[in-house]
Amino acid sequence: MVRHADASISTASACLALLRRDLLLVWRRRGDAAQPLMFALLVVSLFPLALGPEPELLAKIAPGVIWVAVLLSGLLSLDSLFRSDLDDGSLEQLMLAPQPLALLVACKVLVHWLASAVPVLLIVPLLAAFLNLDGRLLPVLWESLLLGTPLLSLVGTVVVALTVGMRRSGMLLALLALPLYVPVLIFGAGAVMAAAQGLPFAGALWLLGAALVLAVVLAPLAAATALRIAMP
Amino acid sequence: MIEALSMGKYGFYVWTSYGAFVAFLLWDWLAPRWQRRRLLRDIQQRERREAARQKKQKNA
Amino acid sequence: MNPVIRWFHQMGSPPIFHRFADRWSRWLLLAALPFLAWGAWSGLFEVPADYQQGDSYRILFIHVPSAWMSLFIYGLMAVYAFIALVWRIKICEQLAMACAPIGAGFTAITLLTGSLWGRPMWGTWWTWDPRLTSELVLLFLFLGVIGLNAAIEDRRAAARAAGFLALIGVVNVPIVHFSVEWWNTLHQGATIKLMGQSSIDSRMVLPLVLVAIGTKLWFLGSLLVRTQTAMLEMESGKDWVKQIARGAHA
Repeated sequence: MVRHADASISTASACLALLRRDLLLVWRRRGDAAQPLMFALLVVSLFPLALGPEPELLAKIAPGVIWVAVLLSGLLSLDSLFRSDLDDGSLEQLMLAPQPLALLVACKVLVHWLASAVPVLLIVPLLAAFLNLDGRLLPVLWESLLLGTPLLSLVGTVVVALTVGMRRSGMLLALLALPLYVPVLIFGAGAVMAAAQGLPFAGALWLLGAALVLAVVLAPLAAATALRIAMP
Repeated sequence: MIEALSMGKYGFYVWTSYGAFVAFLLWDWLAPRWQRRRLLRDIQQRERREAARQKKQKNA
Repeated sequence: MNPVIRWFHQMGSPPIFHRFADRWSRWLLLAALPFLAWGAWSGLFEVPADYQQGDSYRILFIHVPSAWMSLFIYGLMAVYAFIALVWRIKICEQLAMACAPIGAGFTAITLLTGSLWGRPMWGTWWTWDPRLTSELVLLFLFLGVIGLNAAIEDRRAAARAAGFLALIGVVNVPIVHFSVEWWNTLHQGATIKLMGQSSIDSRMVLPLVLVAIGTKLWFLGSLLVRTQTAMLEMESGKDWVKQIARGAHA
């Protein structure tokens, strides 16, 4: 049995330390953290301006548009997941740490989701008002996003880990991640659209939930492997 | 008096509007003050460090 | 030299501006309060309820002055930015930047109170008519100026870049307004006719004017305070700033 030296840190406190540091970094640059929120707001605003302000039309496309706006804003902020750590060398330190890399990656994903998706989730009622979404659909929309956004963050992290060393990988990252996002979008937005037509929608939500549980376990492992591949 | 406060049946809308306005003014008053206080504190700290560094140099 | 011109030149000197702002900002903010309080009181309790809209129209006394302020501040910000870019005056750069958060606040209040007014009156929280859409774009422009100013390290370069953005935005707002108007004429009857306003009762003018004056005074006071702090930060290496920092309680 391996006995760790007294100076080693337990896995739990390492994770907590990483969480605290990343959250502090986010707080220090909270103006930047507001950008996904603004982006989602702007994207949602584009649709009435492009299609005209008819309330019925907007209400019909509202669930899909909100889902796409949230998806895109999360995608754009994914690029910065490892960027600052890569630049100052902390990423290599994380990879050399005795704690399992997958766990540390999971902590980073959690912070990313808290910083980019949660603010957008909070303004969903505002987005819904902009598009005249039927108020009764708000709970379903919210549930689908609550399950879908962490799923998107997790899946996206794997792709980011693959492209971590590349300069100017933004567009490539989007091209790689979007096909993976499609099923999430279909079930997520689909649940709300089904609810809008009075059809049963719980199945889609359960499926998202199951996928999320799988992703929580598998995605960090995949991302850790991807990191080791991308940064030998 | 209760009548006046209820604003017909529009009490929520009217009072939220006025309340939001007051909250905004409050924020506009307080936020610059906090910023100024933090800035002056930072300058003080910087001065102190500079003075300590110069003293060390002089003694060295 | 003409005393007015001399005053402008003197204001360009940061320590002199600082003393000026110290004295005037306090009085401006204090002077605003009675106007705002009286206007709010009059608007809420003295003026009679509207025939069509009942008591909800009282939101107007906050909504309209805020809308005026949002446009006024944006215009002022653009003027300061123009002067700053052409004549490279430090104070004007920071005056322009200080306008942005206050302007954003008034714009947000305009949108919020408009929404709260629209809900009971026309049954909807939001609609995409030219005025509301332009006001929303105005908010995005303000936030953009704030964001750009915060994103660049060098404070003077940041102020100039954000000031330039503000100037571009000035052109954008009327364009947005007219384009949405044109687009809406293609969708006849799709938009709700807002502000189908009857000619305003003369008794309603007083609270409106009071709040309008109050907001202007408040804005000027707040503008001076914020610009003062920005100038302190810019000049933080200078002795006069260090003196002030030493005198301040932590």
